[in-house]
Amino acid sequence: MSAVIESDHHDHHHGPAKGLMRWVLTTNHKDIGSMYLWFSFIMFLIGGTMALIIRAELFEPGMQIVKPEFFNQMTTMHGLIMVFGAVMPAFVGLANWLIPMMVGAPDMALPRMNNWSFWILPFAFGLLLSTLFMDGGGPNFGWTFYAPLSTTYAPPSVTFFIFAVHMMGVSSIMGAINVIATILNLRAPGMTYMKMPLFVWTWLITAFLLIAVMPVLAGVVTMMLMDIHFGTSFFNAEGGGDPVLFQHVFWFFGHPEVYIMILPAFGIASAIIPTFSRKPLFGYPSMVYATASIAILSFIVWAHHMFTVGLPLAGELFFMYATMLIAVPTGVKIFNWVATMFRGSLTFETPMLFSIAFVILFTIGGFSGLMLAIAPVDFQYHDTYFVVAHFHYVLVPGAIFSIFAAAYFWLPKWTGHMYNETLGKVHFWMSFIGLNLTFFPMHFVGLAGMPRRIPDYALQFADFNQISSVGAFIFGTTQLLFLFIVIQCIRGGKKASAQVWEGADGLEWTLPSPAPYHSFAQPPVIK
Amino acid sequence: MKPSKLLRLPAVLACLGVASAHAAWQTNLTPGVTEVGESVYQLHMIIFWICVAIGVVVFGVMFWSIINHRKSKGAKPAQFHESTTVEILWTIIPFVILIAMAVPATGTLIKMYDASDAAVDIKVTGYQWKWKYDYLNEEVGFFSNLSTSQDQIYNRDEKGENYLLEVDEPLVIPVGKKVRFLVTANDVIHSWWVPDLAVKRDAIPGFVNEAWTQAEKVGVYRGQCAELCGKDHGFMPIVVKVVSEPEYKEWVLAKQEVARQEYELKNKEWTLDELMTRGEKTYGTYCAGCHQPDGAGLPPAFPALKGSQIAKGPIESHADIVLHGKAGTAMQAFASQLNEVDIAAVVTYERNAWGNSMGDMLTPQQVAAMKNK
Amino acid sequence: MKGSESLQARHRRVLLRALLVVGSMFCFGFALVPIYDVFCKVTGLNGKTQDRFVGVIDVPEGVERSVRVQFITQTNAGMPWEFRPVLREVSVAVGQPTDVEFYAANPTTINMVAQAVPSVSPSEGAAFLQKTECFCFQHQPLKAGEETHMKLRFFVDANLPDHIHTLTLSYTLFDITDRDPKTKS
Repeated sequence: MSAVIESDHHDHHHGPAKGLMRWVLTTNHKDIGSMYLWFSFIMFLIGGTMALIIRAELFEPGMQIVKPEFFNQMTTMHGLIMVFGAVMPAFVGLANWLIPMMVGAPDMALPRMNNWSFWILPFAFGLLLSTLFMDGGGPNFGWTFYAPLSTTYAPPSVTFFIFAVHMMGVSSIMGAINVIATILNLRAPGMTYMKMPLFVWTWLITAFLLIAVMPVLAGVVTMMLMDIHFGTSFFNAEGGGDPVLFQHVFWFFGHPEVYIMILPAFGIASAIIPTFSRKPLFGYPSMVYATASIAILSFIVWAHHMFTVGLPLAGELFFMYATMLIAVPTGVKIFNWVATMFRGSLTFETPMLFSIAFVILFTIGGFSGLMLAIAPVDFQYHDTYFVVAHFHYVLVPGAIFSIFAAAYFWLPKWTGHMYNETLGKVHFWMSFIGLNLTFFPMHFVGLAGMPRRIPDYALQFADFNQISSVGAFIFGTTQLLFLFIVIQCIRGGKKASAQVWEGADGLEWTLPSPAPYHSFAQPPVIK
Repeated sequence: MKPSKLLRLPAVLACLGVASAHAAWQTNLTPGVTEVGESVYQLHMIIFWICVAIGVVVFGVMFWSIINHRKSKGAKPAQFHESTTVEILWTIIPFVILIAMAVPATGTLIKMYDASDAAVDIKVTGYQWKWKYDYLNEEVGFFSNLSTSQDQIYNRDEKGENYLLEVDEPLVIPVGKKVRFLVTANDVIHSWWVPDLAVKRDAIPGFVNEAWTQAEKVGVYRGQCAELCGKDHGFMPIVVKVVSEPEYKEWVLAKQEVARQEYELKNKEWTLDELMTRGEKTYGTYCAGCHQPDGAGLPPAFPALKGSQIAKGPIESHADIVLHGKAGTAMQAFASQLNEVDIAAVVTYERNAWGNSMGDMLTPQQVAAMKNK
Repeated sequence: MKGSESLQARHRRVLLRALLVVGSMFCFGFALVPIYDVFCKVTGLNGKTQDRFVGVIDVPEGVERSVRVQFITQTNAGMPWEFRPVLREVSVAVGQPTDVEFYAANPTTINMVAQAVPSVSPSEGAAFLQKTECFCFQHQPLKAGEETHMKLRFFVDANLPDHIHTLTLSYTLFDITDRDPKTKS
């Protein structure tokens, strides 16, 4: 502890620079982390607005607000922005803030690259959003951009979309390399791998997934680009190509991508649940092994997104079995969290509420995932709202709720102030109600036969869609409250202690709140 | 939201929990009218109840802790953090449950993959945005278009009972007979899906996929395209009429007769008014989706026909675009989709509607000559 | 060993190794294309058929089995040609080379080039439908207003799984006038 305070003392002469250039040129992991988080929140609001346009159109049968072609652009952009603009940058932001503090490092390993990987993002998404105003409109082929709808039949703006995806990919890869280098090289003495906090572990595995699959995404969009502009035939049947090949390559990236968006969330829950249970995490080693097995399995299950394309029977069976297998390590994690809570001494501050909701709702998403894994039944579920319900149950309570939980949990450490607990709880309950109101009825309409990505629907789906739309507006507007809470917390509030939470354990809680600009100039001693 | 709907909301929420008992609200998968559909439904229910059982146990323990082990009740935290026995148990038990699930699933899947020895072979082709059905052995083929009017879609008219799930010509199949579908596409990937028949197969341009069904109950079954295929993805439904064997035979004969009559119509002398009447109908079905009912189009992707250079230019080049499409645009070649009469009618209509008063007309004979040129 | 190395060098090593992974995964994405092709050919995925058959047709003694082979055709969007099989279906003995013809006509006023893409259903049988001569192996040019009969010679491999009694061979005709090197120049 004393070493830390001393080093803080030494550092005061190079604290943050002043003005705008501080943010443009910064190589400080905390500044970059903050920028990532703000960027991600802005994207969350933009993508959320698109979702609300979708839900407004689907409030009643008939076309009221938008035209079908604009509706398709909205569903596409909503998916792309939420996946690449909101969830992934938020996790990178958290990694930037927390990993150096958690492993006892002064900063990220490659600070200049860190600056780069952030500053690419605003340009990538600026470009992506600008396609909406181009002739022929923005991408309208779904976030999965299946060929040939995204090649031969795409709007002219598809080239800019490809370029934007390339930029996002470069940014993610640089971010991931930085995380790997930091964790491998900058751990404080005594911080062995099996002593690392789970958030660090899950991020290390996520980073390896990222450098393994983002290049494949880059490859697939490059092939698209070549098909569109250079006369190749990767995905065109007439030149000897195959549109189904696109789906194989895309989902080879796409399925690990799903875990990229959920593994860090596992790490967050594994930090918060023990804290508010005042009890060590149950089964730390099995948590690490389960995360690693999920990551490895994610490479051999991609074709479960393609059960209806006409795979041979043997392929269908293989991918069905492999997918079902993922339930085992995922189950282990859920059981471990529940066992951590069991016979603890529980309190329910906002981060804990979000984490409990994460465990429950993510499990529900996991159940529907297991149902979707059963190939013969998937023929009925595939591309219906049942799938929409499934992946929103996994991603909204999974990724988004865990990000909120993390924000509330570490906000006192970042700002030095406690946030308003009452408002935080209101935010939680409104989000929780809004989310379930939005996505639970989607299970029903999906089973009843409503396909996804349609701008208008048959009358029998009307009532549930109306509920969904009401829920979506509750969920959406509630997020403005979060913005208010965060700003309020930055500007003032009750002073936070170093440990902040009674049960908190880990290196970041040994630093004063707010954490000094440079964390551990002297490596801390690990007990 | 209308007040009546608002009042219903609490009732609706109350239903969510017990919704499966509610007949008017379909909340569950349909078992459909086929044996395969029934086993799919059974599988779905088995897995659903297994999930519910696991959920009850896991969430039960969790809520037990939440209620009883709270600090405010003075709970003192235990310090245990591992138990090899327990951890091995909860790895092995789920694994065994999974195997129990996989066995029936495999059986059903194998059954679904056996499309051999079908009585009827039907080629299903997905188009942007309609379906085409060709009965391979009966020499019957036709397009199936959405028949819901644009007025209903844009809320200018009361919505009908089968809003968006109705077509001008349904697929007709005999009851109790194995029917094989050869599914392919003309442009982008579509997916042919009828829940009651438990068939969903992607239609991929250049390749054929196979699926089969054997409907055990006479009736009308509705489905939709399940793969995003562009603008009107939500507007290309599927309607399958399952009829008795004699009725099916009769239908095939009638269909063949209609084809013969259409052939004769081609040689009839048409007047401008007759062509305009028929053209308006054809335009509404095939063209209005993109070029809009008032001919104003949706520029830039779908140009206006009202006052357009093409509709007011030479009649041959106008007909040529309708027949053969325009490369590099969304305009399709309609030569193989529409017969000579419809092409003549629609071109005539486009030249004389919405103030495009060209006064000229195209005859089916001229179209036939152009096709064979 | 780690201690003796400077931090900078260790960062550089991680960076280089990570970039190596990135590079090879990018290449792997492209390598999936030929891997997929081979995989398709072996398993008949997507009903993809084999390349031209060369070699001796092997018919085991005493095998008398006939298979129904159906032909279906379609033209892809924007392809105005007329295209249909002359015979809708044939019944062939396994191992017996059979000739069939497809009719194609170009009704337009421009010279065009087409490419036919074959696909077999059920895909499980695709590997057993062997072609010794097929119009789908070449580009098919047709002048404005021209018509032609295109030849296919095929046989069904005697090893076709027993439960398959019908094979459907589909051809989709694509307009490749713009990408054909001869018409392009």
